[in-house]
Amino acid sequence: MIDRIPSGTRDVLPDEMRELRAITERLRAQFERAGYGEVYTPALEYEGTLARGDVAGAMPAYRVFDEQGQVLALRSDMTIPIARLVATRYAGAEPPLRFCYFAHAYRRVRPQRGQARELLQAGVELVGAPAPEGTAEALTVLCAALDDVGLKTYSVGLGDSSLFPALLERVGVPPEQRGRLVEELVAGDFVGVEREVAALGIDAESAELLLRVPQIRGGPEVLEDVPEPLDAAVQGMRSVHQLLPSDAAARVIFDLGLVRSLGYYTGAVFQVYDPALGVPIGSGGRYDDLLAKFGRPLPAVGFALSVERLHIALTGEEGR
Amino acid sequence: MNGLRIAVPRGALFGDTLELLDRLGVDTREVRENDRKLLFEEAGIVTMRPSDVPTYVEAGAADLGITGKDVLMEQSERECYELVDLRYGYCRMVLASEAGEDRGAEALRRLGVVRIATKYPRIAARHFLETGRQAEIVEVKGSVELAPLTGLAEAIVDLTATGTTLVENGLVVREEIAECSARLIANPVAHKLKARAIDAVLERVRGA
Repeated sequence: MIDRIPSGTRDVLPDEMRELRAITERLRAQFERAGYGEVYTPALEYEGTLARGDVAGAMPAYRVFDEQGQVLALRSDMTIPIARLVATRYAGAEPPLRFCYFAHAYRRVRPQRGQARELLQAGVELVGAPAPEGTAEALTVLCAALDDVGLKTYSVGLGDSSLFPALLERVGVPPEQRGRLVEELVAGDFVGVEREVAALGIDAESAELLLRVPQIRGGPEVLEDVPEPLDAAVQGMRSVHQLLPSDAAARVIFDLGLVRSLGYYTGAVFQVYDPALGVPIGSGGRYDDLLAKFGRPLPAVGFALSVERLHIALTGEEGR
Repeated sequence: MNGLRIAVPRGALFGDTLELLDRLGVDTREVRENDRKLLFEEAGIVTMRPSDVPTYVEAGAADLGITGKDVLMEQSERECYELVDLRYGYCRMVLASEAGEDRGAEALRRLGVVRIATKYPRIAARHFLETGRQAEIVEVKGSVELAPLTGLAEAIVDLTATGTTLVENGLVVREEIAECSARLIANPVAHKLKARAIDAVLERVRGA
C-alpha cells in the first residue's frame, strides 16, 4: 500500500528545495534591504479573526475545533493575519510599518485541477503609507526583488479596483443591478458582459463605455483616450507610475480591466505576469479599509508572490 | 497569426473555423492539406479536439482558442477569457427522451429521481439542480441516444444542431437548456502581454 498525501499538497525533495531556498533567500535579502522585517504568524487563527476581512475571496477553507470547542481556521492569505498583528502588537507604533513574510497559505481546490491546497507565499505589507507614494514603494520593492531573483521578461499589470464601480455609478447603474455584470467581468466572460450590459437598457454611449473600458490595457499611451468619468482613477494610476524608478516603470502595463476577486482591495491593484507562465505569478493592491476592521484605521498596500510559480517561471525562462 | 498561437478545434467547427482564419488573412492551406499533422508553427495554428481547447489556452500553451460554448459551459472552472461570440456552429443543449409518454417525468414523479445519460455531466447536473429536480447523472463517452433505447437512462442531455439524430432514434426534445455557438477564448496572461496582437485579431473578427 502506498500512503498518499492530500491532493494539492506535495513533498519537496532536496534538489527542488535548494532552488526554492535560493529564491526565497534572495527575496528576503531584498525585502530586508528595503526595510521590511520578516514576521511569522500562526497558520491557525480564530475563525472570527480571519472572517473579519469580510470577503468571499479570503474566507478560510479549513476549520478545526480546539479543545474548548472554539473554531480555528487555516489562514488563506497573510494580509489579514498581518492586519491583526499590526493592530495588536503595534497598536501605538508610529506608521509607516514595513513587514515581509514567507509563509504557507491554505486554499480550497477544485478537484482534478492541480491547484495548490497549500501554497508558499513571499510578500510584503506596507502599513500607514497612503497612495500614491505607498503603492509606488510596494511596486518598487516588488520589481527590485524580481530583478534580483533573475526573472527577466516579467510585466506588472496595474489597475484600480475603484475604477469599474465608479464607471457603473457614473452611467447610472444602481448597485442591485451590478452583481451579474461584475460576476461576468471577474470570470473574464466578455460575451456575458455584453449580454448583461444589453440587459441594463442604458443608452448606447454608456453601454459602449462599459464594454470598452475593461478591454483597455497597454503602455502609458492607453491612458490618453480614457473617458472623463474615470479621470480620478486614471490620475491615481499615472501618479503611481510617475513615482516609480525608470526600470520599474518600464515593467508596468496599465490594465483598466484588472478586477480582483478579493473584496478588501480599495484602490490600486496589480498582478505579475511572465510570458513563460500562463497564470499570474503574484498579485497585490491597496486595502485602505481593512486595518480599521481591526481597530487601527491605517491605509495599507501589499503583495504576495507564489514562490512555486516564480520557480516555474524562472525555469521556463531558461528554456526560451 | 500576429505572433500568436491559436488552438483550432477539429470536428464540427473545423471547416467554419478555417474559413474564419482565411478571412483573417491566415494561410490555412497546409492545415487543409494535411489532416495528420497537429502543429503548424508557421501559421500559428495547433489543432485538437474541441474539449481540449480550454485546457491548452488556460495553461498558456496556446494564446487564443476557438471552441463551442457547450465545452466552455462544461468546463466552466477554466480560467480563460471568453472574448467574442463567433456566431457559427449554432446548436442547442437539450433534454430529450423517447417519444410518447415522457418516461423522465414519470421517473421523477414515481421514483423521485431521473437517470440522465450525457457527455456533459456538469451541465446536466447544474440544469437539474437549478430546476429543483433530482437526477442521477450517467456519464457516457459516445452515442448518447442509445441510453434511453436500452434502459440505461430515462432521458439524455445532449447537443443537437439539426435534430436529425434525435428523430432517427425516436427521441423528442423535452426542454432546451442553452443555445451554443463557437467562441473565441484567450489566455488571461497573453491577453495582457500580447494585448495589441489580440486586439488586432478581435477587430478583424468583428469586421469579418
